[in-house]
Amino acid sequence: MTTKARSRVTLALDILNHGALALVALLFLFPFFWMVSNAVRSNAEVMAIPVRILPSEFQWDNFQKTWSELPFGRFFLNSMVVAGSVTVITVVVSCLAGYAFARLKFPGRDTLLLGYVGTLMVPSIMLIIPLFLIVNGLGMVNTFQGVILPVAFGTFGAFLLRQFFLSIPDSLEEAALIDGASRLRILISIIVPLSMPAIGLLSLFTFIAQWNNFLWPLIVMTGQENATLPVGLTHFQTQQGTQWNYIMAGAALSMLPGIVLAILLQKLIYNSIALNAGMGGR
Amino acid sequence: MTLIQDTAVATSAPAARPRRRSGRREGRTAFFFLLPSLLGVLLFLVLPIIASLVLSFTNWKLLGKPAFVGFQNYIRLFTADPQFWTVLRNTLFFTVEYLVLNIIISVGLATWIASLKRGQRWFRVVFFLPTFTPGIAVAIVWMLIFAPGGFFDFIMKSLSLGVPNLLTDQTLAMQAVIIVSLWANVGYNTVLFNAALDMVPPSYLEAAKIDGASAWDRFWKIRLPLISPTLFFGTVMTAITSLQVFDQIYVMTRGGPGNATATLGYAIYQRGFQNFQMGYASSIAWVMFALIMALTALQFWLQRKWVHYDN
Repeated sequence: MTTKARSRVTLALDILNHGALALVALLFLFPFFWMVSNAVRSNAEVMAIPVRILPSEFQWDNFQKTWSELPFGRFFLNSMVVAGSVTVITVVVSCLAGYAFARLKFPGRDTLLLGYVGTLMVPSIMLIIPLFLIVNGLGMVNTFQGVILPVAFGTFGAFLLRQFFLSIPDSLEEAALIDGASRLRILISIIVPLSMPAIGLLSLFTFIAQWNNFLWPLIVMTGQENATLPVGLTHFQTQQGTQWNYIMAGAALSMLPGIVLAILLQKLIYNSIALNAGMGGR
Repeated sequence: MTLIQDTAVATSAPAARPRRRSGRREGRTAFFFLLPSLLGVLLFLVLPIIASLVLSFTNWKLLGKPAFVGFQNYIRLFTADPQFWTVLRNTLFFTVEYLVLNIIISVGLATWIASLKRGQRWFRVVFFLPTFTPGIAVAIVWMLIFAPGGFFDFIMKSLSLGVPNLLTDQTLAMQAVIIVSLWANVGYNTVLFNAALDMVPPSYLEAAKIDGASAWDRFWKIRLPLISPTLFFGTVMTAITSLQVFDQIYVMTRGGPGNATATLGYAIYQRGFQNFQMGYASSIAWVMFALIMALTALQFWLQRKWVHYDN
């Protein structure tokens, strides 16, 4: 074979390789397609036999109905409030704690940090019973505080930000200290602006985790009006003869923020996971 | 910004004042900085862990007074509860099959993506997408796919494969749960392993190629050993989460048909929040914790045989 012919074979194989994986990717995306295709048809057509791949008529206003006539607009808002509040509290609390661990000297610091890392091993499902009893004791069942507070003090954020703060040179703050700046001032004006990549990452993963969280809001939010999106979806799954088309529209609604963020922030997400890959097991 | 400029000026002048303030003052600052976090951790993490352990030795049923019953809950679990062994077996079955398939598929996809010359990042995003969406919504969509007379049954019938409806079949229901779990989560490990493969120095692979190593050998003898620390990390994390599986089961099967898909996570929910047996449910939670610890310890022990740390 000449080199030209060989490079042509390589190119053909290369295109075939891309094409085959693209086919796998398309198949992988099928459930998303199926969700939307069933969201925009009549409920009778969802269950039609034989199965229809596409609706006979696209009822795009199903999304509007799901949002305003059914309480999914409300659920969406509830989810925003819960995930948003947990994220804000987590970031503020973790910044303060992370700074103390990274920069301040106090007795028992390393032991405490070790304890923080140790609690990461405790599976969350183990804690739901005592947490529910605590929330119940505080009279916070079916309230937003009740859902938000118990999950807003995870120790991971403090550890993550401590690691990042350590990578910032000491010299910047020492000068500010000499000028009489308080530690809080230094944290807010020097450290936080320099740590935006880590804070952004913590915010993103906290928000998504809470947006997708199910068991905890299921247990605490006993009233339907306070349900978050995942909980609201399961209410409608069992009620009034399952309106599959509206449930699919609701499911699509609940997936939208995550999908948009995963696409827009793919570089940030990849870099953070790559960091895990680099540290893996070491 | 002005502060940073100020500091730049300040560092240029020789520092005459003492560099650090008194340690006591720093300790006090640290206390106030840590206070919000500590209060939260004590109330919502440390207290619940202790409470859970204490509860597991009581017979508390939410209403009424709890009584201390010693190891009775645990004894009942392992000797008298007809459901428990099924639940334990289901959990282990799910974990083993799901874990093995998850790692094989994600390593496969990661390697395939790494072989592409273009568009790697778009393929990564596609497979990663479900991991950023609510597990409940994913399970509901798949439930429609698996519903009797639904899309899955339609395909099986068209291919005349004679596969019964998965969700209503005693032996196949767990397979449906595993398929959904794989679709929902395989993207994370795919991206993780793909990132690790990207860090393998190309010179290693080039050198092996020149020495005549086949693509197959390069994969098994160079790439896989080099990414084995990441592979180990991914396996441990996936095992820990899979022992806690709950969302998919709550939506798709509610532990059924019969008890065919009831897992530890589902049993904790059922005992705790449907029967309000807080004490009994807590003892199941501790069995789960022990299982997680045991499986993690086993993996750390096994890693000596296959994980290479030589940098």
